[in-house]
Amino acid sequence: MYVAVKGGEAAIDAAHQLLAAKRRGDAAVPELSLAQIEQQLALAVDRVMTEGSIYDRRLAALAIKQARGDLVEAIFLLRAYRTTLPRLAESLPLDTTNAVLQRRISATFKDLPGGQVLGGTFDYTHRLLDFGLAEAELGSESEPGTKSGPDPAPGIEAPASSRPADAAPPPRVLEILNAEDLIERETPDDTPPPDLTREPLTFPASRAVRLQNLARGDEGFLLSLGYSTQRGYGRNHPFAGEIRTGAVTVEIVPEELGFPVVIGEITVTECEMVNQFSGSATEAARFTRGYGLVFGEAERKAMAMALVDRALRAKELGEDVSAPAQDEEFVLYHSDSVEASGFVQHLKLPHYVDFQAELNVLRRIRQGMAPPATATADEESDA
Amino acid sequence: MIGGYNFAYLDEQTKRMIRRALLKAVAIPGYQVPFGSREMPLPYGWGTGGIQVTASIIGTDDTLKVIDQGADDTTNAVSIRRFFARTTGVRTTERTTDATVIQTRHRIPETKLRDDQIIVFQVPIPEPLRWLEPRETETRRMHAYADYAVMHVRLYEDVARFGHIATAYDYPVIVNGRYLMRPSPIPKFDNPKLDFCPALMLFGAGREKRIYAVPPYTSVKSLDFEDHPFRIESWDSRCALCGSGDSFLDEVITDDHGGRMFVCSDTDYCSGRRGQAAAE
Repeated sequence: MYVAVKGGEAAIDAAHQLLAAKRRGDAAVPELSLAQIEQQLALAVDRVMTEGSIYDRRLAALAIKQARGDLVEAIFLLRAYRTTLPRLAESLPLDTTNAVLQRRISATFKDLPGGQVLGGTFDYTHRLLDFGLAEAELGSESEPGTKSGPDPAPGIEAPASSRPADAAPPPRVLEILNAEDLIERETPDDTPPPDLTREPLTFPASRAVRLQNLARGDEGFLLSLGYSTQRGYGRNHPFAGEIRTGAVTVEIVPEELGFPVVIGEITVTECEMVNQFSGSATEAARFTRGYGLVFGEAERKAMAMALVDRALRAKELGEDVSAPAQDEEFVLYHSDSVEASGFVQHLKLPHYVDFQAELNVLRRIRQGMAPPATATADEESDA
Repeated sequence: MIGGYNFAYLDEQTKRMIRRALLKAVAIPGYQVPFGSREMPLPYGWGTGGIQVTASIIGTDDTLKVIDQGADDTTNAVSIRRFFARTTGVRTTERTTDATVIQTRHRIPETKLRDDQIIVFQVPIPEPLRWLEPRETETRRMHAYADYAVMHVRLYEDVARFGHIATAYDYPVIVNGRYLMRPSPIPKFDNPKLDFCPALMLFGAGREKRIYAVPPYTSVKSLDFEDHPFRIESWDSRCALCGSGDSFLDEVITDDHGGRMFVCSDTDYCSGRRGQAAAE
C-alpha cells in the first residue's frame, strides 16, 4: 500500500549533512585554506569574480571552497551575496590606459611603443603534464612553509614596476590607428549607464547594457559564440589589436569632497579587437571595434567577449543579422550562467501535476485512434 | 530568525520596487510588468519570482503556506517555507484556510480561496506566446495590438489533428477581456478557479523578470471555440485515500506489474477530508 511521501524536511537536513562531509572529503587530507585557493587557483578566482560581478578575491575563494570547486555554483553563491550589498557610490570609469601593466600584446604590429610584454602566460608552454609538481606536493605535505614545486628562477617577478614612474604609459594600439582615422572613433558618452542588476533587460539594448551582460556572461557560452563568428556564422574578420593585463586604480568622487579619491586597486584584462568594415555609401571604409573587459587574468573570456560585442553591433553597422552571435535577444537572454543553470536544473523539481495532465491527454488521444496508435501530443515541454 | 539580513531577506528599497510593479500589475490585469528581479539565495527557475513577490508583501502578522504540486511536503516547498521561516519568523501552516499568503507552484488549492487571502504563483515562462514566437520584441507588440490569432490557430490545429484541444496545462486564458495570460503551468483543471476568484492572485517570474496579476473578482476566460468548448479533465477513479471524486489526482505507481493508484495532489484537502471522515 502506498504511503504518502512525507519527511521532506528530514531528507533535506540529511542531504545537507552529507554535502558538508563530501565537501570536506577525506579528513586525512589537509583542508584547503582560502589563501591557498586565492594564490594557487587564482584563475578560478578570477573567473568567479568576473561572472559573480564582484571584485573580492577572498569571497571568491570562499565561494569556490564552499562549492566544492564547481565554478558555476561558486558564481551563484557570490551573486546571491552581492544582491544584498548596498550601493555606496559609483566609481569613475577605469583608466586602463594608465594601468600598471604586467602583460601587453598586440597581434597587429610587430613592434610598437611600449613593446610587447608577454607576462606570465600559458601561451607558449608545451602542454606536457609536469610530474615534478606532483612530487613536490608529496614532499611538502607535512612541512607547511617549505618550498613546493620548482622555485621560480630568482629575480623573476611580474614586470609591473619595471617602468620608471615618470615614463609615459604605453599608448593604446587602437589610438595609433585612430590617429590615421583608420578606425571608428569611440565618442565619449556621459549618459549614466543603466545597471543591469537593478533594472530588467529591455530591447533594443544599448551597448552599455550589452557589455554589462557579456561581462557577467558565462565564459563557455561566449567562447563558443565568439568561435562561431570565426567559423563564418557572422564573420567580422577580427584581429587582436591589443590585450593588456594590469592594475588600475578605482576612484570615486565623494559628494562632500567634490574631487576623486582612490579607494583601491584592481587587476583587469582588457581586449580590443580590430575588425574589418567595408564602409557604406556614406562612409569611407575603416576598421571597427569589439571590446572585452574582465577582472583578473580571465583573458580567454575577454577575447570572446570582444568578438561577441562586435558581432552584436551588426545592426548598428548596417550588416545582415543572420547568425546567432549577432542576435541580441538570443545572446543576452541566454548568456547568464546563474539563470541558465537554475532553469536547466529546475527540471529536477517535481512535475507530477503537469505530467499527470499530459498523461490524461495522451491517453485520451490514443483511445480515439485505431491501434497501433503512434501519434503523440504536440506537447509543450516546459516547467 | 536569521541575523544579518533584513526582514524577508530583501532590502526595503527592493521590496518597494517590487510593490510598485505589483500595483501596476493589479491595475492592468494580465499585463506582464518588467521588474528588477534580484538574484536570490535559491536558484532561478526554483521559485525566485514567487519568493520575491511573497517577500515584498509578507508582514509579521501573516501566516504562510507553501505548496509545490499541491503538496506542502515536497522538497522545494519545504525549502521555500523554511527560507521564510528563517528570514521572517512568521507563522507557517499547511492548512489552506489558515493561510493569509499562499505561495504555489503548479496548483491552486482545492479549497475555495477567500478575499482576505493572497495566492502567489511561481512562474517559469510568463509569456503565453513564447512557443509561438521566441522574440520578446515581437510578443510585446502582439500584446499591444491584442493580436492573439496565432494562439487560436494553435488550438485549432489541435482540434484538426486530434479532434479536441490537447493542451493539458498552462492553458492560455484571457484576463478581463484584454490580455492573453499564461496561468503558470497549473493543469487546466485549475483554470476555472481563476475566474472571479475572491483572492488576489499574483504571478512572479524571477529569471524572466516579469510580474503580473489577476485582481479579485476578475474575469478569466480559458480560450476555446463555440463548437469545442473548454473542458477540464476527469478521472475514472477516485482518490484512494479520501475518496474524493472532484479533485485533481496524482497517479502513483505501486509495483512493477502495472499496479497504480490515484491520490489527491492537494495534500491538505485530502487530509482534511480524511480527518472529517474519521470524526464522523
